[in-house]
Amino acid sequence: MSSIKSIVDIPTVNKIARLARLEILEKNKQNLTNDLNNILEFVAQLNEVDTSNVEPLASVTGHKLPLRNDEVTDGNIGELVLQNAPETSSGFFVVPKVIE
Amino acid sequence: MSDFLKLDLLGASIALKNKEISSVELTNAYLNAIEKTSSLGAYLDVQADYALEMANRSDKKIQQGTAGPLEGIPIGVKDMFCTKNIKTTASSKILENFYPTYESTVTQNLWNDGAVMLGKLSCDEFAMGSSNETAAKGNVINPWSKTNPMSPGGSSGGSAAAVAARSALAATGTDTGGSIRQPAAFCGITGLKPTYGRCSRWGIVAFSSSLDQAGPLTRTVSDAALMLNSMAGYDVKDSTSANISMPDLMTYLDNSIKGKKIGIPKEYTQDGISQDIMKFYESSISWLKDSGAEIVPVSLPHTKYALPVYYIIAPAEASSNLARYDGVRYGVRNEAATLDEMYELTRGNGFGDEVKRRIMIGTYVLSSGYYDAYYLKAQKVRRLIKEDFENVFKNVDYLLTPSTPTTAFELGQKQDPLTMYLNDIFTVPASLAGVPGISIPVGLDNSGLPVGVQLIANSFDEPGLINVARTLEKCADFNLIPDGAAK
Repeated sequence: MSSIKSIVDIPTVNKIARLARLEILEKNKQNLTNDLNNILEFVAQLNEVDTSNVEPLASVTGHKLPLRNDEVTDGNIGELVLQNAPETSSGFFVVPKVIE
Repeated sequence: MSDFLKLDLLGASIALKNKEISSVELTNAYLNAIEKTSSLGAYLDVQADYALEMANRSDKKIQQGTAGPLEGIPIGVKDMFCTKNIKTTASSKILENFYPTYESTVTQNLWNDGAVMLGKLSCDEFAMGSSNETAAKGNVINPWSKTNPMSPGGSSGGSAAAVAARSALAATGTDTGGSIRQPAAFCGITGLKPTYGRCSRWGIVAFSSSLDQAGPLTRTVSDAALMLNSMAGYDVKDSTSANISMPDLMTYLDNSIKGKKIGIPKEYTQDGISQDIMKFYESSISWLKDSGAEIVPVSLPHTKYALPVYYIIAPAEASSNLARYDGVRYGVRNEAATLDEMYELTRGNGFGDEVKRRIMIGTYVLSSGYYDAYYLKAQKVRRLIKEDFENVFKNVDYLLTPSTPTTAFELGQKQDPLTMYLNDIFTVPASLAGVPGISIPVGLDNSGLPVGVQLIANSFDEPGLINVARTLEKCADFNLIPDGAAK
């Protein structure tokens, strides 16, 4: 059984924030680190539970994901799709220039 | 109080059908009530013209004899439901300019049945919170507040406050870990979270997809039955929607509960629970017993692990669901030189603190090296929690528990996230198991604040749940109106 043992520090917070593409202001990092540690410490009590023969439960429905016929059900709504976009051009979403 | 506001949903719908009142009159009375109670902050957006247009249409349908089950009934909609061409923000800054081009299935079902939309109701940001204080536009005030402003609970705080304050005849809510039942308890009204899959999630802003479920907040159990009758239904657009038909709940309301077995779980009465709540909980047990039910002590041994499981699974799913807010397709964008910086600034500026905390926790527990220890572990314990319910429902028909460990608290009182999370201790287990639960008001505590108790049923037994809830409601006979309600 894997065990929960980890302490989050500011470099870890930076790494997680980067993975989540989430800017965290410098002045908030210590508080956030403390909050995350408190929460992780709280959830660590799950370690008390023996789950060695338990299958993970992802969905309570118990039914199989339904399939449908592979046919077009909508479309030709490009204008609606773009309607809420911050910036568009000629029927496309516009993002800052990406050069790698 | 205006005579119109005195009618509950069932009463109003009978009066409308008998042409004693018109929907335009009723809707005007509610628009007026919204104005009078505006200091509560329940509404983010009032759609007066649209509401009157819908009311007019309803009046015509009633005249023509083609009225739907909710024809002409003015309701409020939690801002988590996408409403076509009407701003839908999920109480977040990042969606402050979002106008959906489609209508959620649940709200469409309501409009198809004749309901009239008054406007959009405040909630915690992306439904993440238990006090409505994480809303970008500020908190909502509980109409039961005495000297200091109290929280209406959350996340459906605006919905609960509006129904309690008589500024909506009913409201929609969403419940992921207690977001319908806890605010209903705090505001002295009825809140029903159906079985997972009963109501389509299509068009509802996603928070934690394996838990999110829509349901009604109403004055009475009958009103909840009427609302859920319309809200529920199979929907091909939601792959987790249940293809199981629900009978007309109204026909189950007044059945006898004689011989029904009500389980009293010992894990729900431990430390931290207020004396007043215990008192009313014990009265509720006696009432059900006096109504012919058999009271059976039961145990759901993994109950104490429900909150830790929830605070891994819900943030994990949220961090994934909220990845879509990237400043590209909809919502607010903060300009930056590179794409990654644009994402980071947009999300950093657009999300509030609680949402950021949950995205961080969720990203952490899903990240390489921690996935098994946290996320997978939580999913395994979730199965044990679900099995607890399956086992207990082999021996009893329903469970009776307190809805919340305390009654409403003052705004600004709970600063620490973990203290706030403990509010959902009695509502989270049913959410994890996917079973339906209802909170109904049973009395007032020493400070004059409402106390709720929760009934939980096995999956898809909403008819029975409604029946027992109605029985308990009759015994409790709670019919008080808060000082903050529209007069």
